[in-house]
Amino acid sequence: MLNFSKINIILIYLIFILISIFSILNLQNKDNVFIDKKINLGLDLQGGSYLLLEINSDSLIKEKIQSKVIPIKKLLKDNNLRYQDFKIKDKTLSFKTDDIERFKLFFFSKKDNLINPYIDNFRSYELDINELENNYIEIFFSKFGILTINNSALKQSIEIVRRRIDDVGTKEPTILQRGEKRILVELPGLKDPERIKKLLGKTAQLNFRLVSENSEFGVDELISETGEMLKISKRIVMSGENLIDAQPSIQNQQNEPTVSFSLDRLGAQKFGRATTDNVGKRLAIVLDGKIISAPNINEPITSGNGMISGNFSFQEATDLALLLRSGALPTPLDIVEERTVGPDLGEDSIRSGIISLIVGFILVILFMFYKYRIFGLIANIALISNLLMLAGVLTILEATLTLPGIAGIILTVGMAVDANVLVFERIKEELKTEKSIIHAFDTGYSKAKITVLDANITTLIAAAILFAFGSGPVKGFAITLGIGIITTLFSAYFLARHLTSLIVLRNNNKEIKI
Amino acid sequence: MINTNLNFVSKFKKANIASITIFLLSVIFITFKGLNFGIDFKGGTLIELRTDTNIKASSIRETLNFMELGDVNVKRFGKEGDYLIKVEQKEVNNNKLIPEIKNKLTNKLNAEIDFRRVENVGPKVSSELLKSSIIAISLALAAMLFYIWIRFEWQFSVGSIVALFHDVIITLGIFSVLSLEINLSIIAAVLTIVGYSMNDTVVIYDRIRENLSKYTKISISDIANLSINETLARTIITSITTLLALFSIYILGGEILRGFSFAMILGVIIGTYSSIFVASPILKLLKVSSKTLEKVDEKIIP
Repeated sequence: MLNFSKINIILIYLIFILISIFSILNLQNKDNVFIDKKINLGLDLQGGSYLLLEINSDSLIKEKIQSKVIPIKKLLKDNNLRYQDFKIKDKTLSFKTDDIERFKLFFFSKKDNLINPYIDNFRSYELDINELENNYIEIFFSKFGILTINNSALKQSIEIVRRRIDDVGTKEPTILQRGEKRILVELPGLKDPERIKKLLGKTAQLNFRLVSENSEFGVDELISETGEMLKISKRIVMSGENLIDAQPSIQNQQNEPTVSFSLDRLGAQKFGRATTDNVGKRLAIVLDGKIISAPNINEPITSGNGMISGNFSFQEATDLALLLRSGALPTPLDIVEERTVGPDLGEDSIRSGIISLIVGFILVILFMFYKYRIFGLIANIALISNLLMLAGVLTILEATLTLPGIAGIILTVGMAVDANVLVFERIKEELKTEKSIIHAFDTGYSKAKITVLDANITTLIAAAILFAFGSGPVKGFAITLGIGIITTLFSAYFLARHLTSLIVLRNNNKEIKI
Repeated sequence: MINTNLNFVSKFKKANIASITIFLLSVIFITFKGLNFGIDFKGGTLIELRTDTNIKASSIRETLNFMELGDVNVKRFGKEGDYLIKVEQKEVNNNKLIPEIKNKLTNKLNAEIDFRRVENVGPKVSSELLKSSIIAISLALAAMLFYIWIRFEWQFSVGSIVALFHDVIITLGIFSVLSLEINLSIIAAVLTIVGYSMNDTVVIYDRIRENLSKYTKISISDIANLSINETLARTIITSITTLLALFSIYILGGEILRGFSFAMILGVIIGTYSSIFVASPILKLLKVSSKTLEKVDEKIIP
């Protein structure tokens, strides 16, 4: 175990240098980028906000099932299926029919089924039915139907969340999908997430609807911004989808902050027609079911440009314009988890983390030197190279360092020497019985090898599982611990062994104290 | 430390009685007193703030009591003027809660307040975190069990897993007795303890296996004793270096890492004890002898 071929030696040091050189990249200035790799600091260290958003698709599913009513009724009629007692209940439709089997035949046809499409990747239909008593059947979205709805709502939401956050202008935001219903948002450096939370908390569905006493589409009673109760037609003249831009502006006469918007061609046509036909009437601007304002239509607006006023402060006008620009969210978003760390706490954490790392490191080094003298020195060299390599690997992976991650490094320092301790103790034992010192070192290394491997693989298993199941900071701990074990094995078994061999072989079987 | 020849086996009985007693006490405490779950697992809101040193915890408490938030816990957190506020989970997640609390405190306390950390975990997320933590710990135990079973005989597997349970339960028991908070980083600590304790046990087991095939005539008790003695120096030195690092985190690593490092310190001490006094006696109990290993010879011994 002490004989190294030249190639081996070159390989060992080459690997060591190639990996640890990356750790230097962390020292370079931002403007002077040679290779753009760095260990990232977690939010707990650099400060910032972490938000976990969940789409709430209940209302969307209700809407979608309602949109199935007319097609299903048509299907029934077209195929001469008699039905009665058709009801819409929350997320299900139900009716009574005598010929359930024939209905199922049409309902579950794979070819050109627009009402109940077959989703190939899930091998399932979008809708499913339940046969109830008395020839009643119940129609609802299947598990995979809901999954598909959630999925597309989630994709859309992520896009809109990204637009809104980019518009606010925070630095380097991370926006990721998490599971089937969640969006993870990380906003480094953000001290107070309230404004962003407010912006993400609104779906921003904008409608223009006429104020009218009676409408063939039915009316909603809503309270206007001035407190009067208004009856508003359910018919949507135009919605926020047709907006191409919205900007805050100041109306000159009253110095009042407003939001001016411009419409796309279709929107301009719709808006033009509606305002031409209804001069003198009032048009309500409804955002998320609340009236912002309901101004009079004084003259037809055909230019495709308009303005919304509503007693805004300038901040409110800015935020509304931002929301309208970014588009409406398909579903409301709930904030299910939120963690914000102030920048000075982050700095404190880095400082105390690094101080404890240095102190722990020095203590271990002193102890090892006291215990094993020259070989303690070797173990310490191995320990330092271990840390350099650990930093190097973390840089290559552009891993995120968290506070528990620093703890993982410190723990690695404590446990890294274990491999060398195991070997040295074994050699001591061998020295008791073995006359040839070189031989004792040799067998010491080979006998300790299995133990070292066994012992470290168990910790590696723990780290791997932590990585797979841990969240956020804990993951950071698992990464440093796991990589630390691998670099430890390398530094103890290759670097330290080679250094040991240099000493032992040069010493030429003279007495060695370990 | 060289040439140790302590008689560990003679102390097995006493140690086992002590272990079983402490283990049972821990189970009783965990069941009846319960664990003090933090907001990660219980849901709720946590606010860490720094303010004037003359502001008392009681005045923060009074201010918050007016808001009728339910169970509110205010305690000093590290330096003077640093406080940690915990508000229990309401059924509905109120997104306005945090700004309301912030405003109220800023207005009422009449002092400069720096909100250093704000966390809010909803009920769904907290129950998921708890579930995934339990899965993680169980999986880790299962994976270790499996690994040892492949590398050694089943008796060793049983021995090491009993030792692991012993360590984890007693650590949690101590957390229960002291009402220390269990949060995500404690779970990380528990898993690391599992790894460390396993590491320690494996080293002794490796030696027992080696000695079993070397000395076929000696009883398992003597083999265990011999092996523990042979590896004792390593056991102690590694524990010392690990503890040096851990105490450094505990004392200097700041308030947030304190619980984590405390759990780890406990774990390292208990884990070291258990590999000698729990894992080894079980081999005797399961009547391991050199014959047990004969079957292993057919397997691959590296």
